[in-house]
Amino acid sequence: MSEKDIKEMRMSILKAIEHDGRVDLNELGVRLGIDATDIANAMSDMEKEGIICGYQTLIDWDKTDDERVTALIEVRVTPQRGQGFDSIAERIYKYPEVDSVYLISGGFDLMVIMDGKSLKEVSQFVTNKLSALESVLSCATHFIMRKYKQGGTVLAKKHEDERMLVTP
Amino acid sequence: MRDPIAKRVSGMKSSGIRKFFDIVSEMPDAISLGVGEPDFDTPWHIRDEGIYSLERGQTFYTSNSGLMELRSEICRFTRSHYNADYDPATETLITVGGSEAIDIGLRAMLEPGDEVIIPEPSYVSYVPCTIMAGGEPVILSLKEENEFRLTASELEEAITPRTKILILPFPNNPTGAIMERSDLEGIARLCIEHDIFVMSDEIYAALTYKGEHVTIASLPGMKERTILINGFSKAYAMTGWRLGYACGPKEIIGQMTKLHQYCIMCAPTISQYAAVEALKHGDRDVEEMREAYNERRRFLLHEFERMELNCFEPYGAFYVFPSIKEFGMPSDDFCTELLRAKKVAVVPGTAFGDCGEGFVRISYAYSIESLKEALGRIEEYITELRNK
Repeated sequence: MSEKDIKEMRMSILKAIEHDGRVDLNELGVRLGIDATDIANAMSDMEKEGIICGYQTLIDWDKTDDERVTALIEVRVTPQRGQGFDSIAERIYKYPEVDSVYLISGGFDLMVIMDGKSLKEVSQFVTNKLSALESVLSCATHFIMRKYKQGGTVLAKKHEDERMLVTP
Repeated sequence: MRDPIAKRVSGMKSSGIRKFFDIVSEMPDAISLGVGEPDFDTPWHIRDEGIYSLERGQTFYTSNSGLMELRSEICRFTRSHYNADYDPATETLITVGGSEAIDIGLRAMLEPGDEVIIPEPSYVSYVPCTIMAGGEPVILSLKEENEFRLTASELEEAITPRTKILILPFPNNPTGAIMERSDLEGIARLCIEHDIFVMSDEIYAALTYKGEHVTIASLPGMKERTILINGFSKAYAMTGWRLGYACGPKEIIGQMTKLHQYCIMCAPTISQYAAVEALKHGDRDVEEMREAYNERRRFLLHEFERMELNCFEPYGAFYVFPSIKEFGMPSDDFCTELLRAKKVAVVPGTAFGDCGEGFVRISYAYSIESLKEALGRIEEYITELRNK
């Protein structure tokens, strides 16, 4: 396979598995017209290269008994000499409660998304841990009330096929 | 009381699909592979433009031919994608779906007794529209061994001195067949030689899975004798917006516009604004949907091969047309029984012409999950038939 073919194959695989990590590789091979072994090899290469970083499950926790709350926290920080935002971001993302950390352009610097068991737990984390960090100037915490769409999937309502059963 | 109905209408056969639809609608829990429209929603940016057009109060008639901006976009698109050059002012007409273009095109061109060559299996409206326009349908039965393409020798055999129009329905519903450049060249030569016009229904042009779609209008000497019909339904998943168009010589488009003006006035304005957005920024959506269809097409063909169900490889539209001849039953019975026993709806090939006997149309405008479920049931069904 030429380098261009490999690139194209990788893109097709990534597009296919981005929203369906559990796809059967033989079936994917049929759909893409690529040998399943080639797909498996390409995926393992991309895992090693850190292009594929993991395979997750999208769960709507609201439909379970789990009482978790998700918060989105805007953090303003003072960048550190020679390190920029990397070192403070690292201090934040090392907390297991933290789900995502993004460096953001605009009115604040880091956006932190975290899950907590309760409002209280999140508040305590923000007050005791996040705000206490030396370079953190301020935090604005937003609690997520309802997830309509996540990772490209609509959680709010199921899509129904509204077409007639038979049409010419 | 006198018969209120005109004989030419009461004598018209109602579509074979209609009959099947009536059976299916009594089985609400049936799953279907019988739909002739995309499963995708119209891309959101296109719907959004429709909503904006309502908000801006763009709710009046447009000119009879349609918004100039839309006609210009259509001509730009047709030039860049299909290498056919039309004047938006005189050679383009926006219609209510491709269906209207077929109807008024035939009505504009046919004298009583003119013959129209209609390759079948094909879409259900060519024959009745020809009859209503006073023409005489000449059915040309396409063959599986040619992958349901139209060959020059088949066409030559069907031509008579009265032949005026050839309908060219490719990529084809229901077979999924396409016509490549080399196929079209022979057809074009005959049309020029015998002075025949072509009505090229290319509504599925964007959904081609082998090379680029070629329109016969782009071949030398053909633009002046071709009505090119296309639309937004299949490419952009916009069936309910009811928007299509015809491009052709200005003499014909002019007369079609006259008919259109009296029976339609103009195509829906909101849809026209949405369609401008589709043509300007919709290429990526089309490409993504095409890729998804292609994956399903490969998947279906692979599954048929596994089940040893005989099916030629179609390269267009979103249909496969497997043969069911091994079961020795009429397509109608095969489909009715499949529906009754396994609650899966597919359409008998005969709904698209008598030569569709021995075939069924299966649509892959469904998610892989739905296809899997339906195919599982079809496999059970044919296994039972084989073991009988």
